[in-house]
Amino acid sequence: MTRYTTNEFRSGLKVMLEGDPCSIVENEFVKPGKGQAFNRVKLRNLKTGRVWERTFKSGDSLEGADVMDREMEYLYTDGEFWHFMEPDTYEQHQADQQATGDARFWLQAQQRCEVTLYNGTPLSVTAPNFVELEITTTDPGVKGDTASGGSKPATLSTGAVIKVPLFLGEGEVVRVDTRSGEYVGRGKS
Amino acid sequence: MCGSTPAAENMSAAENPEPGLTDWQPSASPDLLRARARLLEQIRAFFAERGILEVETPLLAQAGVTDPQVQLFQSAGRYLQTSPEYAMKRLLASGSGPIYQVCKAFRREPGARLHNPEFSMLEWYRPAFDSRQLIREVEDLLDKLLPPRPVTRYSYRQLFMEYADIDPFSADLTQLSERLLAEVELDFEPVDRDTWLNLLLTHLIEPELAEMGVVFVYDYPATQAALARLRRAGEQRVAERFEVYVDGLELANGYAELTNPQEQAARLEREQEQLDGQGEQRDIDHRLLQALEFGLPDCAGVALGLDRLLMVISGAKHIRDVLAFDWERA
Repeated sequence: MTRYTTNEFRSGLKVMLEGDPCSIVENEFVKPGKGQAFNRVKLRNLKTGRVWERTFKSGDSLEGADVMDREMEYLYTDGEFWHFMEPDTYEQHQADQQATGDARFWLQAQQRCEVTLYNGTPLSVTAPNFVELEITTTDPGVKGDTASGGSKPATLSTGAVIKVPLFLGEGEVVRVDTRSGEYVGRGKS
Repeated sequence: MCGSTPAAENMSAAENPEPGLTDWQPSASPDLLRARARLLEQIRAFFAERGILEVETPLLAQAGVTDPQVQLFQSAGRYLQTSPEYAMKRLLASGSGPIYQVCKAFRREPGARLHNPEFSMLEWYRPAFDSRQLIREVEDLLDKLLPPRPVTRYSYRQLFMEYADIDPFSADLTQLSERLLAEVELDFEPVDRDTWLNLLLTHLIEPELAEMGVVFVYDYPATQAALARLRRAGEQRVAERFEVYVDGLELANGYAELTNPQEQAARLEREQEQLDGQGEQRDIDHRLLQALEFGLPDCAGVALGLDRLLMVISGAKHIRDVLAFDWERA
């Protein structure tokens, strides 16, 4: 695998640190008035999601990580694994709960999403920023109440529970921001 | 996005966040181009009022600095200057009196948030000034150029005691490293005391300066003297060097200049030996040493980064925002 020096560290570059694949978040070059230059680097550990702050000597290098992002189609879950398929090759991959992470709350069959592969195995799954899902359970809708700004819990078809405005009822489709888990509007479908 | 995206391709996309088609355009806004023009006008008025002569010296010269930590651009056997310091000292030795210069300077470093390899510098020299007097003049200039800010002065030692709770002169290497490693994850082994001190300064102290307006730091350890003269301060020998921070950004570096030619030659030779050790050959600037032998008047000088000053003035977060065309677009 290629090695990358601190000069080549850019946000999004994938490198190995302490045996784990990491994505560079930020790289700050520091040159004191007199003396050794160094780089202050923030890296996200792609296995744990934790962000590391490290300091390297300028010119030092790290090994690149065999990590790639692919768009895949979510198929189904058997309870233990979540199954995905590459749309071009029909090749299937299974991701465990840790790799699937919060994306499992937002995925329904045929949903496109991004799967990050490390050495060919799913490392993480990223749901689209916005998904549209049906409300399966919630308290009855309050007709005409569009202004009070109140909210109530609603269970979606994927099992996720979010807060929705009072006027929405079961069977309606809502649009959700998967990054915050918040209701953003009624669905288009 | 579809299909596979190897990490290396991600990288070039991140390097150039805007599509290639637009990178003929300036990286600075029209407002910042105007702010730069106004800044240069104010600087020239400030020095004209004080009777300081504007000069120009060569950017491409036969010798450059021998500081092993500074990388140079070379062309046709000449060096792009990392600062106009040597040439300006030759003018001072020839009797120029007080002088200033606004010029480009070049350092072969990666382009980064606070570094453009080609940058603008204001450098000036005051015969018969000591570092205290020059600090006052820097304060006067900043007062003209910036909205009012609090001004604080710290000796290097006070600064470390106050914000890192350690004495930079008496602490031993173990104490320095323990202090740093308690809060910082380091992926290399610093080879000398000054690197530990620099790391403490940048990681623990500089963040504290961000809210403090203008901060002058003076009396550096003798090992960080560069071209400053040394003096005794109580038990310690300190370098009569100062640095200026504005809103946490390191903006200027000044010295009461070393005028002793033997001491100067010895420092340059020490640097040259270090370079030899790294397998790099650089000649010492003999014309600088000849000028010192002829006689450099007692003087103090300071270099101030104009691009960073513009960042302070405009609140820009990245140096490219204050440059007509940054390194990537140059």
